[in-house]
Amino acid sequence: MHEGGISIWFFVGICLLVVGALICGAGVYQLVSPPPVDQRVVLYNLHAPVWWGALLLVLGIFYTVHFRPVHKTE
Amino acid sequence: MFAFVLAEPSRLVHLAPVDVVIIAFYFALVLAIGFYLKRRAGTGEDFFMAGREMTAWIAGLAFLSANLGALELMGWAGSAYQYGILATHWYWIGAIPAMLFLALVMMPFYYISKTHSVPGYLKLRFGEPSRALSAISFAFMTVLMSGVNMYAMAKVMQIVLGWNIHFSIWVASITVAIYVALGGLRSAIFNEVLQFVLIWAGALLIPIMGLIETGGWTNLKAQIAHNASAEYTHLWSTLGSYQNNPMGINWIGIVFGLCCVISAGYWTTDFLVVQRVLSAKDLRAAKMAPIIGAAFKMAVPFIVILPGLLGLAVLRDHSGALIKLVPESVATTPSGIAAGLHSYNDVLPLMLARYCGPGLLGLGMTALIAGFMSGMAGNVTAFSTVWTYDIYRALIKKDAADHHYVNMGRYSTVVGVIVSIGTAYLVMRSASIMDYVQALFSFFIAPLFGTIILGMLWKRATDAGGFWGLLTGTASSIAMWFWVYRDPSALRYVALSPHAKALAEDMYRALWSCLICVIVTVVVTFMTKPRTDAQLVGLVYGATDIPHEADMPLYQRPAFWAAIVAVVFVILNIIFW
Repeated sequence: MHEGGISIWFFVGICLLVVGALICGAGVYQLVSPPPVDQRVVLYNLHAPVWWGALLLVLGIFYTVHFRPVHKTE
Repeated sequence: MFAFVLAEPSRLVHLAPVDVVIIAFYFALVLAIGFYLKRRAGTGEDFFMAGREMTAWIAGLAFLSANLGALELMGWAGSAYQYGILATHWYWIGAIPAMLFLALVMMPFYYISKTHSVPGYLKLRFGEPSRALSAISFAFMTVLMSGVNMYAMAKVMQIVLGWNIHFSIWVASITVAIYVALGGLRSAIFNEVLQFVLIWAGALLIPIMGLIETGGWTNLKAQIAHNASAEYTHLWSTLGSYQNNPMGINWIGIVFGLCCVISAGYWTTDFLVVQRVLSAKDLRAAKMAPIIGAAFKMAVPFIVILPGLLGLAVLRDHSGALIKLVPESVATTPSGIAAGLHSYNDVLPLMLARYCGPGLLGLGMTALIAGFMSGMAGNVTAFSTVWTYDIYRALIKKDAADHHYVNMGRYSTVVGVIVSIGTAYLVMRSASIMDYVQALFSFFIAPLFGTIILGMLWKRATDAGGFWGLLTGTASSIAMWFWVYRDPSALRYVALSPHAKALAEDMYRALWSCLICVIVTVVVTFMTKPRTDAQLVGLVYGATDIPHEADMPLYQRPAFWAAIVAVVFVILNIIFW
């Protein structure tokens, strides 16, 4: 699906990149400004949004760069 | 508009602004994909078959994803809470053998015949009457099912997020109508792959966090044995009789009803999923696609069944008491609502809310919404193709130009969505319609499998045999359902035991209707004149030259990868015996 158009994996990469950045950002914000104890999720101490968001972000960057549309000069 | 969205005050989870941004971004992205792909949907082959240029990976993920709707995710997570690990049968023995069978045995005939659809194959093999019967029933049931799913989605959004039910129906429907009408099957497949990634990204964290909280699988089993029963974690050892397991089924129903008929019928003849594989770029890709789908299907219980099992172990209220989930019919009564009861189907959103804070919650909800929309898009694309090629072109306007059929595909997409919306509102007025529609859909799958498998593997099967077998198989399935509906004690005859439950009835009804279809087909075949071999080239085993794979390296052969999937499948069943 790369020839003659943008690859599906590029769209997947964009999606993971944006979503990963938002989740990681939300996680970092919670680190800086923690919610009240009674509003925290279970296993809050693991800070899942930070590392899960970062993982999605890295995957998103890889797919976006690797499958970016290439302009042919011919 | 904002007040309209949030018109329902009660909800399971509360979204933060970042969650809303993630959901809005997803909607914007799927619409952008639809608009981008419009320019690549100019011909019938592009619009209905995605140009037949999909790689094995894309066709395989779309094949699996079309089935991996949010109802599937939430429903089976709820079933895992209700019945334990037995629910995994619908992902393993109820899917993997059928997918491998489709890849290695049936795909060559679908692909070499160059059919556009499953009813199209029936036309080539058994003639126009069989196609007409299959196409009309499929088109009718597909749009009804789409409406039922749409209503169920809106209901879930109402319960989980507090969204107004009309808002959910219209926003999801219009979005799907736009991106499918613009980009056709290619657009649907692109979004299905995107949905597949989002589902894993959104749901995988739940079992990981759950296993951390419970201290691993061994501790989880111990907690389930303490809170519910040790039977909940055994896959086969409790299937000796109907009374020994919470599902009220035995191994015969699972092996012969589920594996050999229902799942084989669904995964090999339901055009909703088969259409994705037909879009593959060559025969090898078409054979590899279901094998890739099977490999991922084996992993799905990790994000669906395990959260349901975790719910049995960890769900507690503020006082630390174990939360007991109840059937939907109990949770939705006035007393159930007043007591704050949750249904089995709520287990996945409850687990999501347990571990996922702002951001992750938005991703999880996006995964559910994506699942709903993808399932609906699957129904609509399949309906559009069958309507245009197997009903409109076959019965109404035979000789129009290609662009006329593409336009008809776009119109029928929009009409299909409108009929779906109508069905959703019909279900809203009378929820019991949902059960009837789902039962009706199951009537056609099992006999259709009998007809197609005989058509592909038996040269002698005649046109009349195929048609009458399909018709009597379907009629017998409807008759059995009606018999049990009018007289519940008839269950002892249909499912062979008075202790059988609803799922067991489905299994046995499918088994009998498939057998009746096969018997009638064989009897009528021997009373009628067969086609010549020349008329069966490309359609039947023994009359078709199937390309050999002997000159390929081992690692490129579909049979090699199918064998690996089969070995892993057997090992998993033994581990969780």
